Amino acid sequence: MEFQFATLADFLAMGGHGSYVWASYAVTIAALLALAIYPALRRRQLRRELLRQQRIERRRQVKRTEIAEPA
Amino acid sequence: MEVFLAWQWFHRLGSPRWFYQKTGAWLPWLALASAVLLATGAVWGLGFAPEDAKQGNSYRIIYIHVPAAFLALAGYYIMAVGGAIGLIWKMKLSFAVMRAAAPIGAVLTFIALFTGALWGKPTWGTYWVWDARITSMLILLFLYIGVIALGRAFAREQVADKACALLALVGTVNIPIIYKSVDWWFTLHQPATIRLTKASSIDPSMFYPLLTMIAGFYCFYAWTLIAHTRVLLLQREWRTQWVREALVEEK
Repeated sequence: MEFQFATLADFLAMGGHGSYVWASYAVTIAALLALAIYPALRRRQLRRELLRQQRIERRRQVKRTEIAEPA
Repeated sequence: MEVFLAWQWFHRLGSPRWFYQKTGAWLPWLALASAVLLATGAVWGLGFAPEDAKQGNSYRIIYIHVPAAFLALAGYYIMAVGGAIGLIWKMKLSFAVMRAAAPIGAVLTFIALFTGALWGKPTWGTYWVWDARITSMLILLFLYIGVIALGRAFAREQVADKACALLALVGTVNIPIIYKSVDWWFTLHQPATIRLTKASSIDPSMFYPLLTMIAGFYCFYAWTLIAHTRVLLLQREWRTQWVREALVEEK
């Protein structure tokens, strides 16, 4: 098994079909990366939302205790 | 006793919490396996596999076109079976898998169609033709998009799940048509390169990189399906204690 192209330029040209081959691979990589990254982004979003809700909840509780026991 | 154990396992598998905790450890391994296999297969297919005698170098698109089309079809089965199990046993996890499978399947079908168009131009002289295989794959894309759109159309998740499951099940009619289209209507798309029953029409030096890419796409599919399902479960079980712990504890 050996590398099929003599030079890097040959490899990129793909015998005149370079644009079709490389565009196919580029779009595929971009699409697969999007699928791979999405869960992590969504998870971060959910985590932020949860932390925000918990902060609001805590602030409310502090206020409630202030009203219940005026200084 | 064994039947009882099997049922217990089945029910645990249906529990979102159990699934979430069990699958967390698998993800890095699946990600690693898919990265290694896809990188190896792509370098092998692009640089080391011999040139095709008839098509020249444009045939190297096969190393993504065929695996993507494989998984687009296999993914539809998973989505439809997930919908069926959800309808019959009212399993939450199963519906989540079905809903997570839709965008992944849509992207894979898009890749198969897009790379097919780019391969068609230098080979057939046209990007698109209304050939039976290509048209039935386009219908597959519309079915996936239909499930995504239908899922978003209902405010209540339970209703959305049922509607999506029904659409997915009805759409399975399209699957055998896609498989058989190259034999029933012999038009432009070439017949299957790999056959399990007969000898394949492809040389081993081209076949091994293709097998590597197919294995890589399978690993990638398993990885993303599990990851998308997990994050969907976090969203759906938002009110439960285990989700709150899972979100706050793990960074």
